[in-house]
Amino acid sequence: MINERNLPIFATLIVFMMLYGFGMYEYRGFRDTLVFTNLLTDNAFLIVTAIGMTFVILSGGIDLSVGSMIAFIGVLMAYLITSLGLHPLAAIAVAVLVGTLFGAIMGIIIAYFDLQAFIVTLAGMFLFRGLAYLINLNSVPINHPFVTALSDIYVPLPGRGGLTFIAMAMLTLLVIGIILARRTRFGMNVYAIGGDSHSAALLGVPVKKTTVKIYALSGLYSALTGVIFAIYTSSAYPLAAVGVELDAIAAVVIGGTLLSGGVGYVFGTFLGGMIQGVIQTLITFDGSLNSWWTKLAVGGLLLFFILLQKGIVTWAKRRTSPT
Amino acid sequence: MDLRAGEIRALLGENGAGKSTFIKVLTGVYERDQGTIHLDGQIIQAQDSGHAQRLGISTVYQEVNLIPSMSVTENLTLQQQDKTFGLISWKKAQKRAMALLAKVGLDIDPSKQLDSYSIAIQQLIAIARALSNDAKLLILDEPTASLDAGEIQQLFSLMKQLKEDGLGIIFVTHFLDQVYSITDSITVLRNGESIGTFDTAQLPRAELISHMVGKSLDDLAPASGQNRSQQPLETLLTIKNLGKQRFLQPIDLNIHAGEVVGLAGLLGSGRTEVCELAYGATKADQGETTLKGHVLTQGSLRSAIRTGMGYCPEDRKQDGIVAELSVRENMILALQASRGWWSPIPMVKQKELVEEMIKRLAIKTPDMDKPIGELSGGNQQKVILARWLITHPDLLILDEPTRGIDIGAHHEIIQIIQELCAQGMGLLVASSELEELVVFAHRVVVMKDRHKIAELDGEQVSEHAILQSIAS
Amino acid sequence: MLEATQTMTTKIMSPINLLHKHQKALAPIISLLLILLVTAIITPGFLHLRMIDGHLYGSLIDILHRGTPTAIVALGMAVVIGTRGIDLSVGAVIAISGAVTAVLTVNTDFPVWLVILCALGSGLLCGLWNGILVSVFNIQPIVATLILMVAGRGIAQMITEGQIVTFHSDTLNAIGNEFFLAFPIRVWIALALVLITIVIMRKTALGLFLESVGANVRASRLVGIEARLLVLSAYLFSGFCAAMSGIILAADIRGADANNAGLWLELDAILAAVLAGASLAGGRIYLALTIVGVLIIQTLTTAILTSGLPAQYNLVVKAAIILAVLLVQSPKTRQLLSQLFRKNMDYSA
Repeated sequence: MINERNLPIFATLIVFMMLYGFGMYEYRGFRDTLVFTNLLTDNAFLIVTAIGMTFVILSGGIDLSVGSMIAFIGVLMAYLITSLGLHPLAAIAVAVLVGTLFGAIMGIIIAYFDLQAFIVTLAGMFLFRGLAYLINLNSVPINHPFVTALSDIYVPLPGRGGLTFIAMAMLTLLVIGIILARRTRFGMNVYAIGGDSHSAALLGVPVKKTTVKIYALSGLYSALTGVIFAIYTSSAYPLAAVGVELDAIAAVVIGGTLLSGGVGYVFGTFLGGMIQGVIQTLITFDGSLNSWWTKLAVGGLLLFFILLQKGIVTWAKRRTSPT
Repeated sequence: MDLRAGEIRALLGENGAGKSTFIKVLTGVYERDQGTIHLDGQIIQAQDSGHAQRLGISTVYQEVNLIPSMSVTENLTLQQQDKTFGLISWKKAQKRAMALLAKVGLDIDPSKQLDSYSIAIQQLIAIARALSNDAKLLILDEPTASLDAGEIQQLFSLMKQLKEDGLGIIFVTHFLDQVYSITDSITVLRNGESIGTFDTAQLPRAELISHMVGKSLDDLAPASGQNRSQQPLETLLTIKNLGKQRFLQPIDLNIHAGEVVGLAGLLGSGRTEVCELAYGATKADQGETTLKGHVLTQGSLRSAIRTGMGYCPEDRKQDGIVAELSVRENMILALQASRGWWSPIPMVKQKELVEEMIKRLAIKTPDMDKPIGELSGGNQQKVILARWLITHPDLLILDEPTRGIDIGAHHEIIQIIQELCAQGMGLLVASSELEELVVFAHRVVVMKDRHKIAELDGEQVSEHAILQSIAS
Repeated sequence: MLEATQTMTTKIMSPINLLHKHQKALAPIISLLLILLVTAIITPGFLHLRMIDGHLYGSLIDILHRGTPTAIVALGMAVVIGTRGIDLSVGAVIAISGAVTAVLTVNTDFPVWLVILCALGSGLLCGLWNGILVSVFNIQPIVATLILMVAGRGIAQMITEGQIVTFHSDTLNAIGNEFFLAFPIRVWIALALVLITIVIMRKTALGLFLESVGANVRASRLVGIEARLLVLSAYLFSGFCAAMSGIILAADIRGADANNAGLWLELDAILAAVLAGASLAGGRIYLALTIVGVLIIQTLTTAILTSGLPAQYNLVVKAAIILAVLLVQSPKTRQLLSQLFRKNMDYSA
């Protein structure tokens, strides 16, 4: 099963295990399950966003709007609950629907007007952040018994660790993402478009419709991230999640997905997000290192994975083409 | 045109004869404006390639149209996956893929990436996919272009087997040997018209070629011998044993000052390849090129240009014009490139040069600042020619200089070629139109299957002689 | 005889052609004037200029003053976009060069010119890095510059050791905030940079080569243009411009903030180039129009601020404008419109 195309995801796994193993070797505290479950909780919102982003990148596109979408959905949800008095479930449903719809609209513009995903989602990034500001400028607390109940859910595990609601939500969305990618026709179409969109069209893949669905899905996942984030912090803030799109893209690439599309796994993205979390935790444990080392390490890993993939693609091309 | 079940039909024609249009109409990519298509006695009308496949018409293209980054199974089952509880069952998919592969006689691991297999196997996998929805008619569009001899045999034995299973096959190729070794009948297209359908066994090779190029050997005088052979002056270009694996068999070639050497041959015979290697646009892996006594560094276009070479590529749009830039900018590009960026040609000088060229070559453009993409094909070609003439080259390589341009410009370009030659320039001109080639060429090199098969000199140059050497 | 008529028609045609040729230039300029006009109507005194102590003051000067960092970055971005590339790292490079400026001023006895030189050098180094990834390793520009975009702020923080480093230097302060001949000094710097770049692009063949490579790499190679070196130098230039902008921004606040200096400036710079009519698919480089694009963005920001509307409208308006411009530029829109039009014709017939 190990062939050169899934070499990156093995590299991801090895990097994750090495970092985690180093932590366990170096610090006693690291050996507790608490560290792992905290990683799940603290990186849940990054990983959920990155799962949606995985589909976009697998299809050869990019979505810069996710960070703003998270903030916008959070603020919208808070507005619906606190100002309009909607039940949180209804508010969540409306907010998620709006997020999906906005994603789909970007998809339509990209697919049917032949515009670059980069610049269209850049416009989306400005728009959603602006909309968030229009609804509210300040941080709003969400005080609703239902929301508090959700954020209080906790399933203790052996050791001191335990699963929070958002960790479980993230794991559920991860499983759904994996199934969507590998076990549905939609998922296969995403891979086909990213591999070679021209051939995919000749093979009967509805390229445009699938593209719209992909951006709608990314909108859905970042909207869900907005909801999770709001529940996690019990508040909403229009300046939340600035720059998350970069972390999400980094998680996807470090997770072994080819940035030009066609190759990668949703599970790799999970690992990519966790690697960023482990690096941060290691730096916190160390105490003497500063926060900028996270950025440098993530940048270094990005470089490593991009060069690794470039090498693999060049090598594969040289082997198959006779000249 | 009729095709029986269990028949292999060759579809032949030069570039622009209408082969691909015909295929696209058949598979519903283009809308037809008249006529009907019957399949198994029923009138059909395919909406798009997916619909055509459901109707039983499947196509396999020259460049394998599968997804290289996906596994063989995924490729074979894309858009037609078997599901359990609404989710794809990879077990069933694998089984289905194995069955399909067995149909084409492949025993490979379908869980591997498509691009871990050779092009030949990918081609067979593409055929397996084409057969997956009970195809009645299989169209193979130049499937052999990138295969070696053994792989071609493999493909042919599969085709024979499919034919016995009662499948109708349309086989598009430009290798005549293959036509004779595998097909039952031949349909020749020329200039968008069907010339006729013939029994392969009863059609002599020479006759087939004359159908394709639209000239009968009997109509042609054995030798016209009008142009020619004044004693050539000095040797300009010497090509020794120049070749590249799977691209061009090594060839030798000399070009003298004041001489036009023509490159003839059918489509895919290696005309373009000779031009590309001689100029250095593609790096040769053996042999050497000498221009005016200087041995050129392989792969360095600047050294070729500086020594005095110029090259008008076959694909004008992709390799020739820079569509967004103006006529003037396009024209001075080569000269400017050889001078380097730090030494710009003064605007006054540029305008002078361009004005002169526009006049000399009678280029029709409202002004020199119009984007070249907005000119007609013939005028674009003249601008590309002018781009090189400005550099005062000693040797000009023209690949299909008259392709896709109107009759008037066609004639003018031939005149330009003759004038340049008279001024002492050496020219290497590849062309699929023998008629024009024999008008201006002093010598003709005949290519076939990427080999140089003949060199006709002076008196010998005639359409008749060229056709004869291709046919033999 | 025939020739004579031809030259005559060429001459008669030329004014119309001139208009046609510069049609593209009209859209951004008219947009800018329109925005200025509307704002002037909404906000009285918007166009008003005052001279105090030989310094010009007013909203217009403010627009120029605030627009300079973006304008300088956009200049480099326009060149990179012309080669069919993009440089996402400019914000991070601004942070790095600002950090270098601040730390060297505080911690060393370097004279100001050397400090500036070092900061510019750090930008060139960043540009070299991007350029090598793009032109030697053949990595897509978005991907290649993403690396520095992520890691660059970390580097800047490493240089400042995570602090906001404040400094005092009269020369740098002058670059940030003082006036010369009635205009802010930084506006003069930006103007000089723009003019020099335009002259280099148009008076050498560099502009021609860059555009040719951006529009058709294969054809450019066949005429003997060395594409790799050109693309590399485009990224070098972009790094240089970002560093210059970083110095000005640091001088402005008399400090370096590795986290926030030049945040999202890359997006404004890309937007300005696109507003100027540049296609992200490469080809033409519109330097002067890119500056007009920057002025449009800055005028909008300032106009929204002075008109009393909340600042948050800024982003929504910006997004709406990008989308409108993109949709108008897309050939697909024209196709769809003409199809619609034809259908209506059919019905009416």
